[in-house]
Amino acid sequence: MLQIKNLHASIDGKDILKGINLTVNAGEVHAIMGPNGSGKSTLSAVLAGNEAFKVTEGEVHYFGKDLLEMSAENRSREGIFLSFQYPIEIPGVSMVNFMKTAVNEHRKYKGLDPIAASDFLKLMRDKKELVGIDSQLTNRSVNEGFSGGEKKKNEIFQMAMLEPILAILDETDSGLDIDALRVVANGVNKLKTKDNAAIVITHYQRLLDYIVPDFVHVLSQGKIIKTGGKELALELEEKGYDWLK
Amino acid sequence: MAIDNDKIIDDVTQSEYKYGFYTDVETEMIPKGLNEETVRRISKLKNEPEWMLEFRLDAYKKFKAMKCPNWAHLKIPEIDFNEIIFYAAPKTKPTLDSLDEVDPALLETFNKLGIPLEEQKIFAGVAVDAVMDSVSVKTTFKTALAEKGIIFSSFSEAVQHHPDLVKKYLGTVVPSHDNYFAALNSAVFSDGSFVYIPKGVRCPMELSTYFRINAANTGQFERTLIVADDDSYVSYLEGCTAPMRDENQLHAAIVEIITENRAEVKYSTVQNWYPGDKEGKGGIFNFVTKRGICRGESSKISWTQVETGSAITWKYPSCVLMGDNSVGEFYSVAVTNNHQQADTGSKMIHLGKNTKSLIISKGISAGKSQNSYRGLVKVIKRAENTRNFSQCDSLLLGDKCGAHTFPYIDIQNDSSVVEHEATTSKIGEDQLFYCNQRGMDTETAVGLIVNGYAREVLNKLPMEFAVEAQKLLQVSLEGSVG
Repeated sequence: MLQIKNLHASIDGKDILKGINLTVNAGEVHAIMGPNGSGKSTLSAVLAGNEAFKVTEGEVHYFGKDLLEMSAENRSREGIFLSFQYPIEIPGVSMVNFMKTAVNEHRKYKGLDPIAASDFLKLMRDKKELVGIDSQLTNRSVNEGFSGGEKKKNEIFQMAMLEPILAILDETDSGLDIDALRVVANGVNKLKTKDNAAIVITHYQRLLDYIVPDFVHVLSQGKIIKTGGKELALELEEKGYDWLK
Repeated sequence: MAIDNDKIIDDVTQSEYKYGFYTDVETEMIPKGLNEETVRRISKLKNEPEWMLEFRLDAYKKFKAMKCPNWAHLKIPEIDFNEIIFYAAPKTKPTLDSLDEVDPALLETFNKLGIPLEEQKIFAGVAVDAVMDSVSVKTTFKTALAEKGIIFSSFSEAVQHHPDLVKKYLGTVVPSHDNYFAALNSAVFSDGSFVYIPKGVRCPMELSTYFRINAANTGQFERTLIVADDDSYVSYLEGCTAPMRDENQLHAAIVEIITENRAEVKYSTVQNWYPGDKEGKGGIFNFVTKRGICRGESSKISWTQVETGSAITWKYPSCVLMGDNSVGEFYSVAVTNNHQQADTGSKMIHLGKNTKSLIISKGISAGKSQNSYRGLVKVIKRAENTRNFSQCDSLLLGDKCGAHTFPYIDIQNDSSVVEHEATTSKIGEDQLFYCNQRGMDTETAVGLIVNGYAREVLNKLPMEFAVEAQKLLQVSLEGSVG
């Protein structure tokens, strides 16, 4: 579903990605690991359409379409979901209102009528249960006053609501205690089907104990320097990143 | 950052004004210009008693000696009063007891504005006084309210039928010499609403006045007087719109509220006068004096305003907290876009002991607009143990607009506590991207974020109004941010 070819990107004139090649097919989970500053978060931001980053070279195709030509909102509507490393607070906007707006924008794009209030509430209930998120969270303003763990769970809840085809989880495990990590990983695993795919960006191996990847890629200085199976993650855990250099 | 702010702002600030149509009805007018004869003519047209004419003439004399205020953060073009028509009335029969007598064109006008005047069609529980140009066209539910002893009528009718009440309270909160525009209004006001809630009565429905400017080259000068006697309660709503025109039109109104012992009045406004076009041409000049006095002990006045319209807004709904333990509140959302200018806020004057006031002001500026909060909190020596909390937040969309805060605080004793908080922020690109990533286009995202920002105030509005106001905020900022 996703082909990345020789992707280069920069921010404020500084080159971050220096020729990424990656293919993701339906049903696969790809883990991208690497030291701080290797470009992991930049890759997720570029795929999601954050215009703060400038693509200087290369191409990205998503189901045959030129992804880089699409607006951020259309990428979302086409099924790309980014779980933010640092979810954003929107004071005064309730989670219900936020999610309802998002769901209806997705429906409008598909030519569907807005969701009925009762159906929406049921959907919220079902997904809350699936993800195992505290139902109080959804009565509050978007991420406002949420703890780090609550914010991450909320990202997974939103992912469940929008049912993406390609989910990109940007360091979803950072700052999580082991219980929260389990909740997040369970959510991701339950949402997995043979038709969707996930790119899991992480600094540590421990998330991959819960979300088992089909491929592990090591990113260093803006390039993928090694690709392997899930055992590569364990090796990295043991030896660190230095042995690859 | 790479998001093209200018484009975003252009997109959100360029929406159409929905209420800009004109109704072609036969209108009775007096010649343009302002002089003593104008004042006498208006009084005569309304068949007023001698004391009312005296009141007007006295005000006119004071007005002539005054100057247009220049202390606000506003550029006010000189207003030529000789080019304004001070009285314009759609021609109708003098008394309107049944709807059949209302000109269908007028009914249609108010229908188009979303204000049906057929009682069975109105939002359950809202009585309306509909004012077009200088006169009240129709007041609904009058009979039902009268059964409880509530008087809800046009101001002109109140002068005829309840002269003692009008005489007793008129000008007691906003004296005619209060300011330039108050003096002008006192001289030439043409209609408005009058409300009296008797002792111990809770008004069973929302009362509302809908103001519509229709005729060209006219000004609208209405007055509202609300009296809540001991232990009574009323919630009052006000809405307003005008046609789109290249010339500016003047609106100078007065609202007076009096609450006796333990009475409560909640006054909500959604102000949507025509704001002018993108280049700043046309639009209403809105100079309004709104003030309430908590005369009785433990009484309460609460102002809520959503200000989205007008080319210039000059307006400071205030509370004089005279009775001990009385409470004053002011909740405001003021949106300015394109070339709009707003200087708005509140005055809380603490005269009684243990009085409390609260000011929540949310300014939103976009385009090339200027948005100022101006507020006074005054506590006199005898007003011991008073409390005030003021919060003034400003939100900027783009980098060509301005937000300003002018708080004045005057405390004359040691036992009172006054707090003031102020913030200024911009809509973050990270917030917009977060919304984009969830599938919302930028315009939808801005609407959502702005409504969230204003929610504390919008929550204070009665239900139907809150929904309208939310949409209005979105529309007002359309084309201003992306």
